[in-house]
Amino acid sequence: MSSRSGSTPSSSLNNSAAPSPAEPPERGHSLWSDAWHRLRQNRLAVAGGCLVAALALACAFAPGIFHLSYEENNLDLGAAPPSAQHWLGTDTLGRDLLARILYGGRISMMVGLVATFVALTIGVTYGAVAGYFGGKLDALMMRIVDIIYSLPFTIFVILLVVMLKDPMGKFDNWLAGYAFFANSRGVGKVLLLFAAIGAVEWLTMARIVRSQIMAIKKMEYIEAARSLGLGRARIIFRHMLPNALGPIVVYATLTIPSVMLLESFLSFLGLGVDAPMSSWGTLIKDGSEKMEEFWWLLVFPGLTFSLTLFSLNFLGDGLRDALDIRAAKD
Amino acid sequence: MLRFIARRFLEAIPVIFVIITMTFFMQRFVPGGPFTAEKSVPPEIQRNLDAYYHLNDPLWKQYTDYLWDLCPKAFHPGALRHGFDLKAAFGIDLRPSFKYANRTVNEIIADKLPVSLELGGLALGVALILGLTAGILAAIRKNSWLDYLCSSVSMTGLCVPTFVLGPLAVLAFAIHFHWFSASGWYTWQDRVLPALVLGIAYAAPIARLTRGGMLEVLSQDYIRTARAKGASETRVILRHALRGGLLPVVSFLGPASAGVLTGSFVIETIFQIPGLGREFVNSAFNRDYMLVLGTVTLYAVFIIFFNLAVDVLQVWLNPKLQFE
Repeated sequence: MSSRSGSTPSSSLNNSAAPSPAEPPERGHSLWSDAWHRLRQNRLAVAGGCLVAALALACAFAPGIFHLSYEENNLDLGAAPPSAQHWLGTDTLGRDLLARILYGGRISMMVGLVATFVALTIGVTYGAVAGYFGGKLDALMMRIVDIIYSLPFTIFVILLVVMLKDPMGKFDNWLAGYAFFANSRGVGKVLLLFAAIGAVEWLTMARIVRSQIMAIKKMEYIEAARSLGLGRARIIFRHMLPNALGPIVVYATLTIPSVMLLESFLSFLGLGVDAPMSSWGTLIKDGSEKMEEFWWLLVFPGLTFSLTLFSLNFLGDGLRDALDIRAAKD
Repeated sequence: MLRFIARRFLEAIPVIFVIITMTFFMQRFVPGGPFTAEKSVPPEIQRNLDAYYHLNDPLWKQYTDYLWDLCPKAFHPGALRHGFDLKAAFGIDLRPSFKYANRTVNEIIADKLPVSLELGGLALGVALILGLTAGILAAIRKNSWLDYLCSSVSMTGLCVPTFVLGPLAVLAFAIHFHWFSASGWYTWQDRVLPALVLGIAYAAPIARLTRGGMLEVLSQDYIRTARAKGASETRVILRHALRGGLLPVVSFLGPASAGVLTGSFVIETIFQIPGLGREFVNSAFNRDYMLVLGTVTLYAVFIIFFNLAVDVLQVWLNPKLQFE
């Protein structure tokens, strides 16, 4: 799992570059290599991508290399300000804050990836089907989206958490049986929760894909494909989706930070990962309760979290500018 | 246009119906109940409680009874001026709360909604002023230091969650400088920090959407035409570009207003404000069936109302669209 979180940013970067040499499509080649070129010109986006990559690598490998522990406590030390021994200080139980932030990053980033992936899968399929078939099916499908949009999200997540408590406990026990997860109990609970959240986060993606598909449907080359007698699935997935890929990639990149923000909000409600595990959200929550005496407990987790969101957003914006065909004209 | 509005209202009825139904049954199928957390009560008291809340009736009867109580049966909007009593105004009975003994959901909403409306209104004002100004400035000075400044500030608003910004603001402006108060909801000093923090959180997306929308419009032919005809830059921006550039902001404002006006849990918790946002979340934790249903329904009505307002506003802003 650590290697997955390590490869995120680079993979989202590669998305814009890889298709050109790997599978040269008839028309995609110049668009994607142009986009890659423009993206590299955007210093903020490149800096953001590098920072996220560095953070992800640090979260994935640093604790193992330097033998940091997120639960080893030192009650005599208590909450100590940053020092040479503990670079970012310690919390009230004397646990090293840097180690807790690095371990917390694993959870926060994993959560962002899992939920985004779920949202992407559901949203793209749903939006493509609604946009392609149109008519009554489209009206019905979009009405369902409208209804889910009008539900107050938090209440449903809370009910969901209560409902999934038992299955999540079982999933967690099953997951803890594997060596890699042996010392990260509670991950299963979070994973399942965010798979569920991803299942709610797909709405905007569905709308974006639908409007893209509806626009593409009217193009001549789709008519040509249809008159050649191609099947619907082939038209949708081979001819339409690749041409709608730009907005999808961009929105997926921007979904990751918004999901991470959501995770931190749930932690604020007390629905996050259980102690002694930590996520950036739970660290921020603990820090905000103790900030009057121990400022570093709020400032460092808050800073790491915000910097990550910054970077992801800049990267997403850079991708959007790089892929925006309209912007390419001027 | 009236026909459009009337049709949208009719379409909203099944949506609200589905939302209530989903909320009602989802709560009942989740294990546990409103009384499981408390220490066990003698069986005869439990019987009385069940009878009082009609928990002994079959589920479908509880459901249909609730729906009937929810139906508006009167229309005296004037009654809203004396407190926010939905029963006096529309004959809507939202039932007694499970958690707050002797209080009805009507009373709780009447108590707390005005607070959230005021906080949300102030925050929306802050958000619109800050967001629109920053967004327009960033767009007309694209790629200048002003653009970078506005964009990074709005990015900060997006990336620093309110529960980091809120405590930091309290630390700085209430505890250190003593300018404003840290909690409560009595004087104007109490209102400054929560309205600002909540407003900044919403100003950030507004600024970004305004910038994006303006940039798109400014590159279009009719703006070049307007400039070519010799219109002043101010007139081009405010009269020609803003109308189209605001479209993405308007569609964001629909759900955002509904959310911010029905209360923010984080802000109300940090600043100890007696608003509806906390009830929203706590009711779900407490398994207060009726309060959950009442607040969810209220939120849904807000969403539907504001989305309708957005649609009307969009047609007004963009003559290419038409009511259909």
